Amino acid sequence: MTRPPIPLPPLRRPRSADLTATFAGLPLPQGTNLPPYRRRELVLLVFAGVLATSALAALTFADIGELSLGIFSIGLGFFCLWALAHLAVRRFAPAADPVLLPVVVALNGLGLVMIYRLDLAKSEAAKQAGRHIPPGAAQVQLVWTLLAVIVLVLVLALVRDHRKLARYAYTAGLVGIVGLLLPIVPGIGTSINGARLWLRVGPFSFQPSEVSKIIILIFFAGYLESKRDVLSLASRSVLGVKLPRARDLGPVLVAWLASLGILVVQNDLGSSLLFFGMFMVVLYVATERASWFLVGFVLFMFGAVLAGTMFTHVQIRVDGWLHAFAGDNPSSTSYQLVQGLYGFAAGGMTGTGLGEGHPQKVPFANTDFIMASLGEELGLTGVMAILTMYALIVLRGMRAALGAKDTFGKLLATGLSFTLALQVFVQVGGVMRLIPLTGLTLPFVSYGGSSIVANAAIIALLLRVSDSSRRAPEPASDAPLFDPGAVADSPTQVVKTT
Amino acid sequence: MDPTEPSELVLLIVKIGFLALLWGFVLVAVRAVRLDMFGPTKRQQRREPPPMSRPTPPRTPPQPARKPQSPSKLVVTKGHLSGTTIPLGSSPVTIGRAQDSTLVLEDDFASGRHARLVPHDGQWFVEDLGSTNGTFLNRSKVTSPMPVPLGAPVRIGKTVLELHR
Repeated sequence: MTRPPIPLPPLRRPRSADLTATFAGLPLPQGTNLPPYRRRELVLLVFAGVLATSALAALTFADIGELSLGIFSIGLGFFCLWALAHLAVRRFAPAADPVLLPVVVALNGLGLVMIYRLDLAKSEAAKQAGRHIPPGAAQVQLVWTLLAVIVLVLVLALVRDHRKLARYAYTAGLVGIVGLLLPIVPGIGTSINGARLWLRVGPFSFQPSEVSKIIILIFFAGYLESKRDVLSLASRSVLGVKLPRARDLGPVLVAWLASLGILVVQNDLGSSLLFFGMFMVVLYVATERASWFLVGFVLFMFGAVLAGTMFTHVQIRVDGWLHAFAGDNPSSTSYQLVQGLYGFAAGGMTGTGLGEGHPQKVPFANTDFIMASLGEELGLTGVMAILTMYALIVLRGMRAALGAKDTFGKLLATGLSFTLALQVFVQVGGVMRLIPLTGLTLPFVSYGGSSIVANAAIIALLLRVSDSSRRAPEPASDAPLFDPGAVADSPTQVVKTT
Repeated sequence: MDPTEPSELVLLIVKIGFLALLWGFVLVAVRAVRLDMFGPTKRQQRREPPPMSRPTPPRTPPQPARKPQSPSKLVVTKGHLSGTTIPLGSSPVTIGRAQDSTLVLEDDFASGRHARLVPHDGQWFVEDLGSTNGTFLNRSKVTSPMPVPLGAPVRIGKTVLELHR
């Protein structure tokens, strides 16, 4: 039966499709049936650019009392930088989610302005003390943002079909673990603030665990996709909890224990928590067994108690969290945390206004404690807006997972968006003294190159999965309907043998 | 105090204005999400999901009372892909375990090329492609191309599909 030659009328306004086709050089029929996703994205992107520019303008106005044309050219430059990513999405993923990219741009813009604001405070303090003015962190972060945009475009361009990634599952697992091991290698690895997590190349340092996180997730998703039926059907009951056979789960367990072990040895407990949560969630989604939550909780408690008794730096963190205001703590171990809390308190409901607070009083204000800086200057209202933006990213990621037409895409998108959610929770929860402090960064906002580059790759993968889930089906190819190779592989049994 | 320091009132306006802009962005983004979930603001289109509880007998033509609307999406309602929707265009939808199918099933009861949905004259037809375990429309086995009414369950292995508007 051949395809009936009935051309359907375009569903909705074809103008955006025309624009998409102009940029993308795509054949029109594919784009014609799409709602104007990319136009909505562009509108939101312009709004995000305006938001970042007005943040910079408000800061400059509070600092020197006047505005210059320079601010607008900086804002335009920032917008053009991310417009490159938008064009790449038009070209490579025309049906992708229109909300993800603009929200990321808005968060990134706010982060850059806050980093610049802390630079201003630092150079002011240096000027008053007659010291040498330290180099600005905002410029470095802008270079990293450019790199992040390039990575986003590259991932979109190279990964045309996320299902192909599943083929490299085992390779990815190996590469991920080797990546985690790299900082231990003498010569290229360096330690910063007591944790040996960085690679130093020239003036830039890079934290490979950020990228390994994504690569190991590809392994988890690829492996669990091929084994999901065996995992959920062939199981034994242990104490009323159904557990899969060890040989089915073996490779994932080995990879997971290896990565956790490496991270614990490197004193990176934040990342190991992230790996743990990612693994549990992907396992839960793959097997549809709620009992994994119970297992995960027991393992987490066990791990937490073990870490609390074995490592002194964990004990110090927990003590600084539980007894932040007791004894000498506010001036020693919990100094940073307490200063951050004072920052939030000073901000109140609407904040002091950009450039009007004293966020520089918190050590490491532009990395770990950028949320406290934002809380002080934008207040509860601003913090809620920022958290809503993160919620939107996670929501759209989960939506992409729900719509994915293949299990690998589902597992990958769920894992990626959950990782982002957990990272924001652990980071913001630590700063707000809900949970002990860990050294994670706030995605897209904090100062830190590897974090923004890795998170851009996460967004690119989410865009890829959402593109494939929303795209209208490809026109049937001329290939013969029956591919002998594919038929040869498919089992013909009626009753399943396990 | 620096003479160039702007006044308190101006700073307050700048501060509140920026927070309003921040929330404006969030609301516009939320609106885009809403647009994505419910489609553009054609209110009648949203009010209309008809109660499709009674299975319509196969082979009866669609009710002539209302102008028959062609389905716009294929929804997976059972099986581990449930929740997935596929927008329907003008090209056929292939279903099976083969990696190049439009809907890739990971179901040991489905064949490599199991079935396909083909549009013709504004209606969608389901056609079994010689699968081992068969394709079922409303509990009857599909042997020749059959028209699929809106909301009628098409079962392939452990997966159930429906056409929605």
